[in-house]
Amino acid sequence: MKQVEETLRQEVAKLLEDGTIDVFVGHEAASLPLKTSPCFVRSPKEVDRLVWNRICTSNLATYLPQLFKRPVGLKGEWTPPKVGVVAKGCDSRSIVGLIKEKQIPRDRLFIIGIGCEGMIDRHSVGRALGVVGLADAKVDDKSVQVIGTDGREKRIDIADVLAASCRECQHREAVLSNLTIGETPSSAPEVSHYANVAEFESKSPQERWEHWVGELSRCIRCYACRQACPNCYCEECFAEETAPKWLGVTTDLSDVFVFHLGRAFHQAGRCVDCGACVAACPQGIDLRLLNQKINKDVEELFEAQVSLSLEEAEALSSFRMEDDQSFMTEP
Amino acid sequence: MTKKTNEKMGGNGWEPRIVAFLCNWCSYAGADLAGVSRIQYPPNVRVIRVPCSGRINPLFIVKALQTGADGVLVSGCHPGDCHYISGNLYARRKFALLKSLLEYVGIEPQRVHFSWVSAAEGPRFAEILGKVTDSVRSVGPASKMIKKFEEVA
Repeated sequence: MKQVEETLRQEVAKLLEDGTIDVFVGHEAASLPLKTSPCFVRSPKEVDRLVWNRICTSNLATYLPQLFKRPVGLKGEWTPPKVGVVAKGCDSRSIVGLIKEKQIPRDRLFIIGIGCEGMIDRHSVGRALGVVGLADAKVDDKSVQVIGTDGREKRIDIADVLAASCRECQHREAVLSNLTIGETPSSAPEVSHYANVAEFESKSPQERWEHWVGELSRCIRCYACRQACPNCYCEECFAEETAPKWLGVTTDLSDVFVFHLGRAFHQAGRCVDCGACVAACPQGIDLRLLNQKINKDVEELFEAQVSLSLEEAEALSSFRMEDDQSFMTEP
Repeated sequence: MTKKTNEKMGGNGWEPRIVAFLCNWCSYAGADLAGVSRIQYPPNVRVIRVPCSGRINPLFIVKALQTGADGVLVSGCHPGDCHYISGNLYARRKFALLKSLLEYVGIEPQRVHFSWVSAAEGPRFAEILGKVTDSVRSVGPASKMIKKFEEVA
């Protein structure tokens, strides 16, 4: 890990020096334990800010489209910057999606791929320790040493606190990159795909409804899930649109449902299951259960994989004449 | 509601309210044909004409269910007959996912219906409406997604 971090810094310094890139998007240490924040490195002197460890959870693709937007009010010529970014498997898939959706230009992007063994889920660490607040944490390759705000101390095996989406991750290496560093990650685990979704589907409609009422009544509609998501780059989100007004400014549960159904649906055929929304949720709502359902349907109905290559069309912007229509009342 | 209409409706006074999104080129014309041919069909449906089934944002359907519809019917041209060549084929993918998603969160699948009706299928339109109305009736008034707060203008 330390070695990868060092290589990363060296490579970025080189790229900045020879002018291959103008800015590099990576992770840096944050003020809270077990958190990193995205950082933008613009000079070789700053590369020591970059970190690489098991808490680089956030999906950096989220921060790319804004770099390629023409500054508001700028007159005259403007050339978009050349941007470097470090990408895990999931980040790289999001980048592929964004390139396909014409939000970022491939030719101005330098992607450094790093094989990933999975990231730590902060909520799980808190649960394993038995407290909500973490005072301090030290992470090494295999385990994490945490101290709770109440002074409790514990060494936890990283394998026990991996994020849910990392446990099932099948694409641990970048699918698109200019340069790969670090070791090849161990092969993906043999897990039954969408086991959580299949289990949830087997419940009765009433149980399913009650589950979502329970989960979504905790939602405070802070829209952190949207902010963290690389796919949510719309200038104006349907959540804030006023004409038509999709969502009332109320605490009514039906409005929360419309938001979450809308949000999940906008991910249809685009969600790479990076877990950024789940990690961002302050209320610990399992949004993955909703996203994965759509992913499962997309895979089963349209035999489509999300953002694995630049060539393949996205599921909802393509069709086949013989698509399934068994769901229809009168086909 | 007058006492007489209430009796006609079976006494309890509830009749399903169904919003139908019909595409301009096929299904709306099909509904029209049913009308001019004087075919009887249930009066529970409120038709909204849209340019194409591909125009229908899945949020329309969710929103209809939130704002008081007991059921929703979406109907467009048969595959291959779309006025815009492929609008209905894109729509089909969206609707397949939406129907499944709504069922997944616990909304009764009997409330959401999709069909293809051509401009020549007046009798079929009437028949489908009968089926859809019966299906929505079987699950009773919508309660889950309905908005309870009054909207402030």
